[in-house]
Amino acid sequence: MHGLINRALQRFAEDTHGVSVWSEVAEAAEPGLTGFEAMLVYDDAVTGRVLATLAERTGTPPEMILEDLGTYLVCHPNTEALRRLMRFGGESFTEFLYSLDDLAGRVRLAVPDLVLPPLELTEHARGSFSLTAGPGIAGFGHVVVGLLRAMADDYGALALVELVFDGPQGARIGISVAEAAFAEGRGFALALAEGAA
Amino acid sequence: MSGAVTLSSAALSALMPMHLLVGPTGHVLAAGPTLARLRPEAPLAGCRLLELFAFRRPVAPSSLADLLAQAGRRLSLQFRDAPRTAFQGIVVPLPDGQGALLNLSFGIGAVSAVAEHRLTASDFAPTDLTVEMLYLVEAKSAAMEESRRLNLKLEGARSAAEEQALTDALTGLRNRRAMEEALARLTRHRARFGLIHLDLDRFKAVNDTLGHAAGDAVLGAVADALRAEVRDCDVAARVGGDEFLVIFPDTADTRWLSGIANRIIARIEEPVPFGEELCRISASAGITVSTAYARPDPERMLHDADAALYASKRAGRGRATVWRAAGTPDPESSAA
Repeated sequence: MHGLINRALQRFAEDTHGVSVWSEVAEAAEPGLTGFEAMLVYDDAVTGRVLATLAERTGTPPEMILEDLGTYLVCHPNTEALRRLMRFGGESFTEFLYSLDDLAGRVRLAVPDLVLPPLELTEHARGSFSLTAGPGIAGFGHVVVGLLRAMADDYGALALVELVFDGPQGARIGISVAEAAFAEGRGFALALAEGAA
Repeated sequence: MSGAVTLSSAALSALMPMHLLVGPTGHVLAAGPTLARLRPEAPLAGCRLLELFAFRRPVAPSSLADLLAQAGRRLSLQFRDAPRTAFQGIVVPLPDGQGALLNLSFGIGAVSAVAEHRLTASDFAPTDLTVEMLYLVEAKSAAMEESRRLNLKLEGARSAAEEQALTDALTGLRNRRAMEEALARLTRHRARFGLIHLDLDRFKAVNDTLGHAAGDAVLGAVADALRAEVRDCDVAARVGGDEFLVIFPDTADTRWLSGIANRIIARIEEPVPFGEELCRISASAGITVSTAYARPDPERMLHDADAALYASKRAGRGRATVWRAAGTPDPESSAA
């Protein structure tokens, strides 16, 4: 599993449950492990063990952890760079949904060895979508659900996001957008604010 | 003109939000909405094109005709007044000498232009890759930052490992390997240097009667004595159980080195408290300098310093002896 994904899990654990919980989890999952490096690649089994150990240690089901991870990636100040990259997808939540088809390609442009499952958006009726994720990363669907819910909030859209299924062959997510501009979303300027990382 | 198309100004603005329509007199007739946003206070329409913009390529066109001579080629221009945003662009003539149509873009300066003018995605045509470029710039910066962090961490780990590999764990002095490297470097560069070989006297007695912990305390005290007497540029190493070697770059003055050796020995002779006991040891030293050899060789010099050291031992310990080229150690070895 790519280091960026592992590191996302690590930062989520550190920022949500504290550095000491993370250290315990890392050591229990993989003796000697203190942290992941974003630019290295790790054995998939290590990621699975870290997730299982974190679930056990925090008493949270792994699916819930993954969903919270998706939300964390958009909402937490420590991952603001990622939220900005997502917001480049479009000026409204609906436009953002359309841009998900290109997400895997965009990610590969920036980090060539980070291969995400391809996403495909289908519009069934106005405001009613389903998003299909290809296979490749176990639990990816749960992360995307958490991320989409947080992005809807970020845009100020009123949307219902539900996981239809997530399995070895991929995942499907149902999205209905009741109102694209329901509330004031968080701001986004193309230019990075002075002094921001 | 066959194949000519007529576009509404709204269509033109949607396709090219940074266009300029210029009349036959060289005055701007209309500007695209994004370009207009750059000068909210002063409308561009009505101004003379060549007074608004300075052209870097073609160099200083004096008329619209000059500019149109470059039709279809890449133009490079910037606003004459501040902020002097730079553009690249292209100009084409309008039919029947009615003027010119220019289309501009920020080019590589997009990142700062977007920040300066607070532009949003809707200021760019969907076919314009500027927003994708901004996305890539941010994504690459984030990835680069991670790489930089990793590099710093690895560099820190590397220098710590290197430091560890050259350090004697017990005393914190350099180890034999570090000493050999320093010696090899100095002889390779034909540098002038001196070395003192030091062997503790009565150390074994401390170890045997008070135990290894006492021995370790004594070795620590010896290390402190060495550190107190040598300069930062000198290399003080523990090269055996109770053997030490100090290398003094740029110093071949045997009298000065003897003085240092005697001061070190005097410090080592100060009793070291260990629990209820006081550990008393001394040291013998052998000295040699690079200038005593036509072609200094590390092995030879270590051997000679060792010979001088044993002369000190034979002469009654607790003293320093300078090795002499004749092969007979200096008879005037000095007691500390």
